Amino acid sequence: MLLRSLRVARQAFEEGTGWKLTSEGACKGEVCIPLSKPEGTVVDVAELAETLNMPLVGEPERNLWALGPEAIGGRALTTALAPELTLPDLDGNEFTLSSLRGQKILVYAWAPY
Amino acid sequence: MWRVLRDELHPQGLELVTVGLDTLGGEGCRAFIEAAEPTHPALIDRHHRLADLFGVINIPSSIWIDEEGWIVRPAETAPAPPTPGEAASREVPGEMPPRFVEMMGEAVKIQSDPVAYHAALRDWVEKGRESDYALPAEEVVARSRTRNPEIARGHAHFELATQLEIDGQHDAAIRHFREAHRLVPDSWTFRRQAWSLEPVGEGPLARFWQGPDPEDPQAWPYEGDWLTDIRATGAQNYNDPWRP
Repeated sequence: MLLRSLRVARQAFEEGTGWKLTSEGACKGEVCIPLSKPEGTVVDVAELAETLNMPLVGEPERNLWALGPEAIGGRALTTALAPELTLPDLDGNEFTLSSLRGQKILVYAWAPY
Repeated sequence: MWRVLRDELHPQGLELVTVGLDTLGGEGCRAFIEAAEPTHPALIDRHHRLADLFGVINIPSSIWIDEEGWIVRPAETAPAPPTPGEAASREVPGEMPPRFVEMMGEAVKIQSDPVAYHAALRDWVEKGRESDYALPAEEVVARSRTRNPEIARGHAHFELATQLEIDGQHDAAIRHFREAHRLVPDSWTFRRQAWSLEPVGEGPLARFWQGPDPEDPQAWPYEGDWLTDIRATGAQNYNDPWRP
């Protein structure tokens, strides 16, 4: 998740990382990590990064940071529940993978290089 | 080829979603997408979200997701549908720079199993959860790529690099691409993306050069390049073997 500030709206954090901040802790699929205190509407990214074991790297002089994925369980997937994914098409129209529920999906990754 | 397959299997409930991994976005992907005339969602992923979210490290790769949103096969090599007689068309055109001739010589050694993969795909489309190829949740997680704290940090460096590149900070981007390559040494897409941002020559092949410019080899900012790395790995090991 790319960040221009280390304090972001809770919703932006949830959408950017896939972690829901609930009263039981931070949850993704069936996995929940307890949090030391309940989160408000604005979250401290550095603190959450440490709790959730997510790497935070940045170019602070450019006001740019990237919060990497968690390494829980040692695998790329924390759960087999498909993460939400929203990406644009050529015309900039955003498409959300979950809009295809009820169909089987084959996600095909390619590159022009 | 994928579109033809999609149009055949779509009435049976399969949708294809293609994702072009390219920091250059539409500028890089447009010609390829337009040529394919997609009837399915054709998306663009400038920051390689598929790497973070699904562990994609190579192309072409696929992930299968069922009707309820469960991943039933994690990222794996997705060979093009088998087409009889294709082998005959693999002639190296003349007038090709020697590097491309050498690259194509390696590329033809890359192995995949299109027959087994596509038989499995059709079996899943037909039988759904009852298909032997639809893996249980624990198996899906277990088969996804290794993700330790170092690898996760490499992903963060990569994402940062893509944004720096978009922001026109090419030299800063190179620093973070290099960190990503060091920390995630098995990701071909992290390397190929960075190499593609150092085009050599003009025209559509410039980004496929993927290595030092013979006119100025010292300027190459990366440890490896496509030809060197694939020879070190062995082209036959480029793809993980198909597992039923």
